[in-house]
Amino acid sequence: MSDAPNPERLLFASTTQSFLEKGASLGRLRELHEAGTSFEMDWWQRAAELGWTSLLVPEELGGGNVSGDGVADLALVAELAGHTVAPGPLHPVSVVLAGLAEVPENHEPTIESLISGEIVASWAVYEPGKQWSPLNAAVTATRTDTGYRIDGVKDRVEAAADSAVLLVVAQCDGAVRQFLVPTDAAGVTVESQRSIDMVKTYARVQFDGVEVDASAVVGSAEQTPALIERQSQIAVILQCAEIVGILDTVLDFTIQWGFDRHSFGRPIGSYQALKHKYADLKIWFESCRATTNAAVAEVAARSAGAEMAVSVAKSYVGEHAPGMLQDCIQLHGGIGVTWEHDLHIFLRRATLYRSLFGTPEDHNLRVYALTKNLENA
Amino acid sequence: MTDTASAPTETTESVEEFATRARSWLAENMPSIDPANPPEHDRGEEEPWQRAKELQKKLYEGGFAGICFPREYGGLGLPIAYQKAFNNESRCYEIPVILNTPTFTICAATILDTGSEEQKQQHISAALRGDEVLVQLLSEPSGGSDLAGVITRADRKGDKWVINGAKTWSTSAFAADYGLMLARTDWDVPKHEGLTMFLVPINSEGITLRRIKQVNGSVEFCEEFFDNLELGDDAVVGEVNGGWHVASRQLYHERRAVGGGSEFASGIGAEGKSDVPIDYVALLEATGQAESERAQEAAGRALVHRAVREQLIDHVYHGVLDGSLPPAAGSIIRVTHAEVHHLEFDTVLSLTGSTGVVDAGDDMIRFGERYLSRQAAALGGGTTEIARNIIGERVLGFPREHAADRGVPFNQVKRNKG
Repeated sequence: MSDAPNPERLLFASTTQSFLEKGASLGRLRELHEAGTSFEMDWWQRAAELGWTSLLVPEELGGGNVSGDGVADLALVAELAGHTVAPGPLHPVSVVLAGLAEVPENHEPTIESLISGEIVASWAVYEPGKQWSPLNAAVTATRTDTGYRIDGVKDRVEAAADSAVLLVVAQCDGAVRQFLVPTDAAGVTVESQRSIDMVKTYARVQFDGVEVDASAVVGSAEQTPALIERQSQIAVILQCAEIVGILDTVLDFTIQWGFDRHSFGRPIGSYQALKHKYADLKIWFESCRATTNAAVAEVAARSAGAEMAVSVAKSYVGEHAPGMLQDCIQLHGGIGVTWEHDLHIFLRRATLYRSLFGTPEDHNLRVYALTKNLENA
Repeated sequence: MTDTASAPTETTESVEEFATRARSWLAENMPSIDPANPPEHDRGEEEPWQRAKELQKKLYEGGFAGICFPREYGGLGLPIAYQKAFNNESRCYEIPVILNTPTFTICAATILDTGSEEQKQQHISAALRGDEVLVQLLSEPSGGSDLAGVITRADRKGDKWVINGAKTWSTSAFAADYGLMLARTDWDVPKHEGLTMFLVPINSEGITLRRIKQVNGSVEFCEEFFDNLELGDDAVVGEVNGGWHVASRQLYHERRAVGGGSEFASGIGAEGKSDVPIDYVALLEATGQAESERAQEAAGRALVHRAVREQLIDHVYHGVLDGSLPPAAGSIIRVTHAEVHHLEFDTVLSLTGSTGVVDAGDDMIRFGERYLSRQAAALGGGTTEIARNIIGERVLGFPREHAADRGVPFNQVKRNKG
């Protein structure tokens, strides 16, 4: 992801890649789908042992990165995962760790269990009937003698059924706050929601007077908006990086198809109408990679431009990727719309990401607002 | 051949130190401007060219000209990071940006790749000193995309070359001192093998120059007619009948320059008001749509595409440098340049609505007028169709388009009717 390939990162990339090829192939994904399983915990623990869960966490909290740049290392994992549309809770666990690592007080045991892969966690941020607006929560946290009582409903919570804890965004005394809520606490009801992905599951989570200790709160009221922004940025760059991996693989085999498939005695890639379509795919792919790399670098550096770079990347990648995959289906012909061909597996994941954590249209509005702020500054 | 895509020599001065030195030199020596409202440099007028040459001379004397050109030809021999740092520092100063393309980014870059030692010594340093403006004399009235099919002829008479024919779409040739001119020197061989590149003094006997008026009223482009123009052997760039190689380098540099990916460009400011990036926030205010979410979203999308174009330029530049992308990937930038330009002008036509087409006193009609020239960005510097062919064939490796003139002696190739 950076200009100079770092030897540690190259080694990490090759280990990660062979791990994914062995245990997270497209064939394996179809088996999980058939079995109605999202992912297997022991597989996730082995992924954690490879270091996937430690990258955003500083060493003093038991984490550690590969190349000195944990955000870029994590984006690399996501890109490689995209090559095979890997299962697993990489996104929700990483987003929760991104928040906890900033304000670890009282949460060290949770961080440790997440790093070891012993438990999974997820960010409960969406609410029923509402589009992406992470700071706007109707779920409430009311102070009690010993802590807080959580009431309300979240939905579109990834891997909630497999999570031991949820990081819940709630209103508390007029401010937005986040709480770590165990899913086995009394009053928590998890109801599965179907997604268009082959294996990724989501859930509606109801909180009925759920009591948590005072130590369940994550960060102060002042810190919370910045924490939510950081978590959102990590969520979006993971989406973009994984989509780049998806596009890389699909373009590769679609271009090869252009050489191998013959019509009227010629490879189909020799027809100018298709050649130009392929050229556009290449242009958009390099643009997706360029803007994703730029966003990853800005987030890693925690630069002032990170918010803008992340929205630019999500808007561009989200606008182009699903259409590019549809073009690849068109280039394949009828085989492209069959269940047997893998194309739909890639399309499902990319389309899912297009619309979660802000649509391209949401991020366009954000880019406009940030531009306006810059001009008025 | 010098490989202009390789990283140049080293220096003991860090990029930051260089930027600091540039900052104070610029403040003391160059006229300051408001980058949002730069002075108009109409390429169709004479005056901006005189002004540009004077400013270039100051840059040269101050030691900030030709940052990525080799030292032996008057440059500084530094990596692109130094040029970028200089560009960044120079935003609020008047920089002779009209000299960038084609003089520095295409012509001087090609002479550096393919010229004789004398040509490099003479023309690159003259251009960097502000003494010479260089142009390209490539396209002909008979065709643009099929460049190797040119029919301007150079015939050998004694120890001279005699040139007859016509060239067109040469940018600002009226203001130029020399032009790189592609002519046919052998008609009995296939089209690529009988071409020679000449470096032509524009103010010569035997050249008649005419301005072309465009849709937007600009008269920057010219057409040239050659009637028995005489040139010596010292005017040949590269080998006799090796002109296609030279032209290929020009096209390579042109594709990079058109998208904004050349390390030889100095300064990044606009050439005038019509070249200033659209200020969507001001546009929405002016058209009473500041609170319209629909308008904000459309403007945001255009801003996203504009930002990604800049990220792409950087990505492709480094990709070509480290070998992860082939040199032909410059065409990726070329197409994106046109696509983003289209999107911006389509967006602005939509946002300005009726006052974009009828002058209601808010000056929005300028955007309607600019829309009329939208396709210029997809035609100038090689069409986007040719660029997509290049990406399909030379980046992705698909079979070449069928060419009826391949391997056929040029005098047997079918040409335009009438």
